[in-house]
Amino acid sequence: MFSRLSEYLDGELDPEICTGIDDHMADCPPCQAFLQSLRRTVDLTRDLPDQEIPDDMVRELVEAYRKTRQSGES
Amino acid sequence: MGPGCYGSPMETVEADAHLLDAIRRDDPAAFESFVRRYGGRILGFGMRVCGDQEAAKDVAQETLIQAYRSLKDVQDPQALRSWLYRVVSNACLMRRRKKKYEPRRELSLEELMPSGSEEASIEIPDARALPDDEAAREEMREAVHAGIRELPVDYRMVLLLRDIEQLSTRQTAEALDLNESTVKMRLHRARLMLRKVLVETLA
Repeated sequence: MFSRLSEYLDGELDPEICTGIDDHMADCPPCQAFLQSLRRTVDLTRDLPDQEIPDDMVRELVEAYRKTRQSGES
Repeated sequence: MGPGCYGSPMETVEADAHLLDAIRRDDPAAFESFVRRYGGRILGFGMRVCGDQEAAKDVAQETLIQAYRSLKDVQDPQALRSWLYRVVSNACLMRRRKKKYEPRRELSLEELMPSGSEEASIEIPDARALPDDEAAREEMREAVHAGIRELPVDYRMVLLLRDIEQLSTRQTAEALDLNESTVKMRLHRARLMLRKVLVETLA
C-alpha cells in the first residue's frame, strides 16, 4: 500500500484498490497521519508561487525572434 | 476519506489550443503571447533543475525560440507542454552534464518510510492554512525549495513537471521519454523524500 499512496492521492488507482486503502485508513491512525503529511507536502509544492519573466527578457526574446524570422525570409 | 484529485487543468488545455491556433495562423503577436505564457515557467523550471539563475536564463533564451518554431506542427493542444518541456529538460540536462558528472542515485522505498523515531508530534502545515505572517510563509516556501534542490535530478524533474507544472503522468512520460510506471515510481519517491526533508526541517 505504501508504494501506491501517490497514485491514490492523484486518483490514478483502480476503484477496488482505492476502496482497500480507504478501508485500511479508516482503522489506522498512523497511516492516516502519514497520508495527511504526504498530501500536505504535495499541496505545499503546488502552492509555490509562479516565476515571472522580466519584461526586458520578453523584449530581448521578441527582438531575437524577429531577427531570426527576417534572416530566414531574406 | 477519498483520494485527492490532482488532474490536468482544462483551462490550460483551452488556452494552449488558442495559442496553437494563433501560431498556425502566423499571428505576429503569437510569439510574445507564448513567451509571456511560458517564459516564467521555463525560467522557474530551469532554475530548479540547473541550480542557478544565469543558467536558467540561458536555457530559456536557447529553448523558447527553438521550441516555438516546432509548435506549428503540434496538432493536439495537450501535446504542447510535453513538447516544450522535452526541449527544456534536454537543454537543462546537457548544461548540467557539461558542468559535472553526477552519479545516478535510485531511492529505495525502505529509506523513505517513516522511521519509528520520527517525531509523531511534527506536523507538516496545511498550505491553505499557513500563517498570515509573510515571513513565516516565505520560510515555509524556502524549506520546500531547499527540499526540492536535494532531490536527485531525475526525480526532481518528474516532481517539477507533475506537481509544479501540473503535467499529467502521460505528458510527463512524453516530455522525459520515460514510461508511465517510471514516472509514477519517481514521483512517489520524490514526494516521500521531500516529505522526509520537511519533517526533518520542522523538527
